[in-house]
Amino acid sequence: MPLATATPQAGFGGQVVEEVRVGERRTLDRQRFSRLFEALAGAGYSIVGPTVRDGAIVYDQIRSVEDLPIGWTDRQSGGSYRLERRGDAALFGYTVGPSSWKKYLFPARERLWTATRIGDSFTVRPEPVEPTRLAFFGMRACELSALAVTDRVFAGGPVTDPGYRTRRSSILRIAVQCGQAGGTCFCVSMGTGPGVRDGADLVLTEILDAGPHRFLLEPRTEEGAAVLSRIASELVPAAAGEARIAEAIVARTAASMGRTMEATGLRELLRENLEHPRWQLVAARCLSCTNCTMVCPTCFCSAQEEVPDLDVTKVERWRRWDSCFNLAFTELHGASVRKTGLSRYRQWLTHKLGTWHDQFGTSGCVGCGRCITWCPVGIDLTEEIGAIRAGPGPAAAPGGKP
Amino acid sequence: MLADVAPDPTSSAAAGHPLAPLPYRVRAVATETADTTTLTIEPRSTRSVPAPAPGQFVMLYAFGVGESPIGVSAHRADGTLVHTVRNVGKVTSALARLTPGDTVGVRGPYGRGWPLQEARGQDLVIVAGGLGLPPLRPVLYEVFENRDRYGRVEVIYGARTPKDLIYYEELQSWRRRSDLRIQVTVDAAGRDWYGDVGVVTTRLPDVRFDGSRTSAFICGPEIMMRLTAQAVVARGVRPEATWVSMERNMKCAVALCGHCQFGPTFVCRDGPVLSYRALEPFLAVKEV
Ligand SMILES: Cc1cc2nc3c(=O)[nH]c(=O)nc-3n(C[C@H](O)[C@H](O)[C@H](O)COP(=O)(O)OP(=O)(O)OC[C@H]3O[C@@H](n4cnc5c(N)ncnc54)[C@H](O)[C@@H]3O)c2cc1C
Ligand code: SF4
Ligand code: SF4
Repeated sequence: MPLATATPQAGFGGQVVEEVRVGERRTLDRQRFSRLFEALAGAGYSIVGPTVRDGAIVYDQIRSVEDLPIGWTDRQSGGSYRLERRGDAALFGYTVGPSSWKKYLFPARERLWTATRIGDSFTVRPEPVEPTRLAFFGMRACELSALAVTDRVFAGGPVTDPGYRTRRSSILRIAVQCGQAGGTCFCVSMGTGPGVRDGADLVLTEILDAGPHRFLLEPRTEEGAAVLSRIASELVPAAAGEARIAEAIVARTAASMGRTMEATGLRELLRENLEHPRWQLVAARCLSCTNCTMVCPTCFCSAQEEVPDLDVTKVERWRRWDSCFNLAFTELHGASVRKTGLSRYRQWLTHKLGTWHDQFGTSGCVGCGRCITWCPVGIDLTEEIGAIRAGPGPAAAPGGKP
Repeated sequence: MLADVAPDPTSSAAAGHPLAPLPYRVRAVATETADTTTLTIEPRSTRSVPAPAPGQFVMLYAFGVGESPIGVSAHRADGTLVHTVRNVGKVTSALARLTPGDTVGVRGPYGRGWPLQEARGQDLVIVAGGLGLPPLRPVLYEVFENRDRYGRVEVIYGARTPKDLIYYEELQSWRRRSDLRIQVTVDAAGRDWYGDVGVVTTRLPDVRFDGSRTSAFICGPEIMMRLTAQAVVARGVRPEATWVSMERNMKCAVALCGHCQFGPTFVCRDGPVLSYRALEPFLAVKEV
């Protein structure tokens, strides 16, 4: 359906269309929520967001409200994830699943360049990366923090990743404040959520009670405001109490976190406990399956592959996600530096929570809980940190010889 | 939190990509030992990599095979680079097969090299084991060129056997110099070797320097660097003036791939040359 109010300035026939400005809260009815999709499409965005696939809520291309996991929720705990029906028709009544937005900025497999042999020399053509207008629809507070972390990794150092920067430059971040916490969430401990602070273009809060099913919308940037301006006539200025209702929703979520972790001094704690007996216990369980690194929204390690054609006149250089749990990751002089599962788990955890601070001035963990949920044996970093903090006492000691 | 990220100007096909190599022509190939070759290469076009500082490294690319981090053992103002490569695997064997006129790819230079600025006015203790000599050779060239900048200069170079010694002719000329002392030792030798036998640390007690105003530069296998660093620190060199060149698996060399991490450092960017002061707590732990 064409939108009569598609332009934020003057409409047809002298009718002045209202413009939504940054910071102005509006309410959108559930009945009219599809208008937001139309506004995004009208503004030239392709939309990616949560949708149900193979028994999980993942991020994928979505076209309409119906693609959202309407009335679904997820039940998560260490090593376990299940979808369940909710008693209502909430659009965002779940938390984060196995996929993260990272894959749209740092693809799991990506061609970096192609080299062609010319005579006895060669030329290299970098892979062109087009900025695509992608709307990340339904980012959670922890995920906005994860984005800020990968911004530092890929775009904050002396050498930046061209592909990441180009893709990152053209996304629209539509955040949703969580209405409930997942069983493995600990964003409160990490100071990343559940309320959305920085880094969003538009913030949504889904309101299911105290009146009709509706959404409180707050544009935080010009881009976010421009999208709302396209559907200004569908929006009503938020009533005085709406912001307080949203705050209460966030507070209720914050009070029901599935996990907690004391995050102060982690850098020092881990640095001083590289030989803590607890590593042996966790290493005895860890399968080095790499799941935790694949689902983590901030893990950034990669490998490169050289793919020549048959007569080696054209060569493609590919990059793919790698994991510090792979034995070959640290190969040097015919052997791996980190031969034991212990050293690989320790590298992962000390990097995430400790040395990330040295390298990037931030924690590498945003408390999303994915690594806990998707670990096949339910290894839980919050529990491991708790045990290391408890000191090398009997509770943490490996109980005899390993 | 970071401000919004701008698109990268280098991402267009016309401009370069930080991970794309530049073509260089192989000018000369010299055989050093049974498994080690020295390549002299020069830019094929008007584009060349910036001049490397002593101790920095580049990524050398064998077309159709892949890349390896390789130290720079000399360079000239015209863009010529010299690399000494030990043939241990896929990429290095392809590099070893190159002949004059062939093309090799280069990107870099990367990392932080030897802190020569800080070492001015000090005695230098330079200890190289095996292929640790190539990345230290530019330090010797700097010393020869600006001899008055440094105090006593003591060099120890060790190899497994006499057959494994590289830069043989040059070693002879260095031994004849009176402005530095170089000791050459091998781990094991037949009766036809008249030089020293023993690992590099056995030559240290002989070396004279003023510990409090000495910089030590050490490059070689990790265990050799650890023992040598301990020994020079025990002789009064400050741990923050004791430098080693670390080696780790590397894919990107620009702190994006994660492979080369050693404790808090990215060896490619923060190193490869790092102070013993920073490394000591991690070198003491297995499999960091
Ligand atoms: C900063 C730095 C400077 C270096 N300078 C030199 C140099 O001047 N001359 C030189 O000959 N070598 C140097 N190396 C080592 C060289 O990079 C490796 O020997 C080379 O990458 C091996 O690649 P390959 O494809 O030939 O071997 P592969 O076929 O990949 O593997 C052969 C063996 O080499 C090991 N290996 C893989 N990557 C490395 C690595 N980065 N370092 C050591 N072993 C590795 C593997 O474990 C494997 O067993 C340097 C390494 C670093 C990190
Ligand atoms: S380490 Fe685990 S909880 Fe932390 S951001 Fe990664 S996946 Fe989420
Ligand atoms: S911690 Fe769990 S998810 Fe991570 S590698 Fe080990 S077994 Fe796999």
